[in-house]
Order: sequence, then structure tokens, then C-alpha cells
Amino acid sequence: MLDLITPFLVNSAVQAITPILLAALAGTLCGRVGVFNMALEGQMLVGAFAAVVGSYATGSALGGILFAMLATMLFSTILAYGVTIFRGDAVVICVGMNLLASGLTAYLLRQMFGVSGTFSDPAIVGLDKIRIAAINAWPVIGWIFSRQTAITWAAWILTALVTIMMFRTPLGLRLRGVGEDAEAATSMGVDVTRYRIVTVLVAGAIVGLAGAQLSLGTVSIFSEDMSAGRGWIAVVAVMLGRNHPLWAALACVLFGFADAFSIRLQGQGLPNQVTDVVPYLVTLAALVLTHGRRRKRQDPTITASP
Amino acid sequence: MSDTARSSSRLPRLPAVPMAILVGVLLGGLLVLVSGGNPFTAYLAIVTGSLSWSSLPNTLNWAVPLVGMTLVAAIPLRGGMINLGGDGQMVVGGLVAALVPLYLPGPGWLLILCAILAAMIAAGLYATLAAWGETRHGIPMLISSLLLSYPAIGFASYVVGFPLRDTTTGLAQTPMVPEAARLPVLSGPLNAGILIMAAVAVLVVLYDRFTVGGYELRMRGLNARFAGYGGVPLARQMTAVMFASGAIAGLVGALIVLGSQFRYQDGALLSPGYTWSGLMAALLAGGEPLAAILAGAFFAALQTGGFAMQRETAIPRVLTMVMQAIIILFLAIRHGIGRQGGAR
Repeated sequence: MLDLITPFLVNSAVQAITPILLAALAGTLCGRVGVFNMALEGQMLVGAFAAVVGSYATGSALGGILFAMLATMLFSTILAYGVTIFRGDAVVICVGMNLLASGLTAYLLRQMFGVSGTFSDPAIVGLDKIRIAAINAWPVIGWIFSRQTAITWAAWILTALVTIMMFRTPLGLRLRGVGEDAEAATSMGVDVTRYRIVTVLVAGAIVGLAGAQLSLGTVSIFSEDMSAGRGWIAVVAVMLGRNHPLWAALACVLFGFADAFSIRLQGQGLPNQVTDVVPYLVTLAALVLTHGRRRKRQDPTITASP
Repeated sequence: MSDTARSSSRLPRLPAVPMAILVGVLLGGLLVLVSGGNPFTAYLAIVTGSLSWSSLPNTLNWAVPLVGMTLVAAIPLRGGMINLGGDGQMVVGGLVAALVPLYLPGPGWLLILCAILAAMIAAGLYATLAAWGETRHGIPMLISSLLLSYPAIGFASYVVGFPLRDTTTGLAQTPMVPEAARLPVLSGPLNAGILIMAAVAVLVVLYDRFTVGGYELRMRGLNARFAGYGGVPLARQMTAVMFASGAIAGLVGALIVLGSQFRYQDGALLSPGYTWSGLMAALLAGGEPLAAILAGAFFAALQTGGFAMQRETAIPRVLTMVMQAIIILFLAIRHGIGRQGGAR
């Protein structure tokens, strides 16, 4: 068992965690202002597509990242304004957004590049892997940090920043107030609607980063529905972490290792249909095991039935 | 905006739906125009490709699974619950329906009956796992139903890829079910599946309108706490509703396997995306079964027409999916359809 944990496994787990972690961070931000964001899957897909388009058009990975963040932010206006000004139901809007993302990216893929399925082109510039010789030499730390993209670094830095912002700044206090008791927040002079809109949009930009990592991080291609359930895993991570960025990050790490481990099991001769299921089973098991803790402080934004 | 937006009515008012469809058509047309196509020829191709005399049977054939998956979503939605696990439940049903006639001896009609019943029971039980997850383990059913799809799909994929694979072909699929155990053909692409689905649809509508159970479910949809206070056993009701919902998903899988594909093929049940289209249709109707069935048929026509459009104008048929999503989003934003409405 232990010999399965190798530098390669750790490294690929860290890579697998990045998009999920970013999406989960965005989810916790939305959750804190009382918006249950179930559209992470669709947002990530839009980000992945936009990143490829941006990188293809500008010839630089940075262009791809910026375009992904912008496009996903724009896409998130549906959720931001839909649940606030238009008072729509977040679940319905998110289901609609996920389908819109899936359909729109497939449509644009065919109309813009004339391909269906997967788009790859030498003009798509992928993200550089950052190598720092001093770090790479260390045993465990080197495994984790060597040859990761800037977005992976950004994801962990953002996790720290969001946590500090949320719990150690007046801004974070207001943000949490909006989600916990909108009326009380209003009476304290906080513009609840504005806080929700801005938070959802900022979260959208963060998911855009997740999408960019997905399409430019390891492969430099876009394929239809390439988010492949990662956004849903992020939704679960947000639930497991009860909207706390650090706990959500821990859930993402658990999932990332389960994922990397399942790929490793494939190498041991298990068919991929079986190993693909491992992360989802781990997630379900984690949900069952943390039941007691969640029941004590069941978050009103994530209960499925009224 | 304020008056309509604040309307506490859970069902969209009538004019809202045609309006949403109009918006979907307009924005879809705009998208076609921007990408260099002619929206009029595109829409003409959709209409003639779905409603003309020669293409109507194809539309009806497509509507059987889609309306089925619409009911799968509409039944829980009627009670304010959402079942996102239709894919997994359909796969369980389809796999069981393919295996029963392969490994059970007997006359054809009995095999069909057993296959369909076994598929419905298996898928129904699988769906109740999600309800059990919420009532016992506090996992929101929204999430557990979705997550449970992945193991089901993976398991089915493994079963037909390895132990029960048809080794005479290169694909991951079961052997063909015997001729006698296939659903009888009515005419053209239509088989007896449409009759079974129509009967189920009628039963669901009647149950919703005229039984105590239907009343209790609607009551839960309006206010679950009130329903519970009024004596509705919420946990048991959720389990029963999920069983019914999953059983219909299983039926859809069985009808596709026994009616048109004659085997369980890896991925074949899921690629048309019936589950999500069905969910959209159910949301469009706010969970009301009759309206949901109509919405499902409408989406079936749209999608069938999409094939014709892609053939004749080279505009990709995913356009119809974009239009469906726009319709739902517009409706959700305009009236807050769904469970509680409002941002909470």
C-alpha cells in the first residue's frame, strides 16, 4: 500500500487538486453570502473553453488566463443577477447554467474551429511549469511543488488569502453577515444585493482560473465536457467544508489523492471503469462520515429539500 | 419588475412560458446569425424536421425516453425535491433489462415482462439509496442522487466491458437480446414502448390529480414543514417518491434496450442527454405532470428537428440544447420557478 505513494503520485495529485480547489474556493465565497453555487461545473467548462480561445488568439498563456477569468465572470452574471435582483431559484438557475455552458461551448467549438469533440492546435500556448531548483531538491516538498503551474501556486495562495479575508477582516465579517442574516446585515448598513453580486462575480473569475488550469495546465486542448464532474466534486467539497475555505481545501486534497491513487491502481491492472469510481465513493463515504458534524450546524443554503 | 418577481406563485404564469420560448428562439437565432448562419432556414429545418408527416414518427420515438425522463424529474419536483441521478438509474434499468432476457429462459412475452419489471425495481431501489442518504445520513438528496450516478455508470461500464461482454464485437456491449424478447414494432421506428410510456404518463397524471398520495406530494411541494405538521410522513414519502422516480428511469432504460438497441452498449443510453433535457422540461412545467409531459414532447420535437437542421444547414444541433437552457434560465429569472423561489 505505502509503496503506491510515490513522488509522481503526490505531484499528479497536486495537479488534479488545483481546478477543484479553485472552484471550491469560489463555492465557499458564494455560500458565505448565501448563494448556493451549483453551477461550478458549467463555469469551469466556460473557463476552460475561453482559456483555449484566449491562448489561441493572443498566442500567450497569460492571455488565455485573463480571457478565461473575464468570460467566466461574464457568464456568472446570470447567477449573480438571477438570484438577487430577479429573485430566481439558485438551483434552477445553476442547472440551466450548466446546460448552457455545455451546449454553448460545444456549439462555439464547432462554429469557431470547425471541430467537434476535441480541439488541439499548436497555436494554443499552455502554461509553463515553474521549476525552482532549491525547492525541487527537498524530498517531500519537492514532490509537491516541483513542476507545477503558476495557477497551482495561485490556488494555494488564494486559499490562504480568502481564509484571512473571510475571518480576519471587516470585509469578511460583512460578507459572512450577508449570508448568515441578510436582514441584520441590512440593518447594519450593508448592501446585501451588492455584496452578493460582487462576490458571485469574483468567484466566477476564480472558477475561470480553474478552467484555465484544466485546459492549459497539463494538456493544452479543449474537449467537450472536459470538466467531467470536477465542478460537482467542488460543490461537495464546499458542503463537506461547510463553506469554510480550509476545510473545503482539505476535502479537495482528499479527493485529489483518491483520484491520483485511482490512476495509480490502473497501473496495477485494475480496469479504469472500476478505478474511475474510487473518488466518488471516497466522496460519498466522507459525506456519510461527517454527517454528525454537519447536522449540528446544517447550513441553510445547502439543504436540498425545504 | 417588482410585482411579477415577487409573485409567490410557484408555477410560472401562463404567458411566461411562451415568452420564455420566444426569448430562447430569438437568442438562439441571434447566435446562429452571429456565427454566420441563416436563422430562418435553421428554424424551418427544425420545424419540418420534427413535425412534418414523415418526421413525426421520429419525433415520437425520441419523445418516449425524453418524456420518461421528464416524469423522472417531475415527480420529485412536485414535492419540492430534485433527483439529479436519472443517468445512473437509467443505466441500472437498461443493464438489468439487457441481462434478464439473456440469462433467463422462457417465452418472449414473459421475458419482456420480467425484464421491464426487474429493471424498474432495480433502478427504483438504486434511487431510494439517495433518499436514504438524506433521511439517514443528512446528505442532501440533490448531491447524493448525482454522486450515486457515477458508481452505477462505472459498474455498468465494467460489466459490459469485461465479464459479460459480447466477445464477437470489438465494443463494450452485451450480446443481443433474443428476438422474441424485443418489443414488438408498431410501424416505422415506433415500437410498443410508446404505448407503455403513454400508459405510465397517464397513471402519473391521474395519481397526481386524484389520489391522497398525489395531494400529499403537492402539499409537500408547497410547504414541506406544513405537510409534515399535517401528518405526512416526510421520510417515507421521500423514499417512495424516489422509488417511483427511479423506477420510471429504469423503465426508460429498459424501453431503449428492448425497443431499439437490443443490447446494453456502454455510453449509448447517456449520450443523448435525456436526463438533463427531462429535468429542464420538468422545471419548465414547475413539476406539474401534464404540463411537464407537454414540455418534454416539445423538447423532443426541438431535438429531433435539430438533427434535420444539422443535416441540411450544417448548423450544429447542440444549438437546440442552448435554446433549452436559455428558456429555463429566462423562466427561472423571471418568475423564480422551482422550490422556494427567492435568493434565500
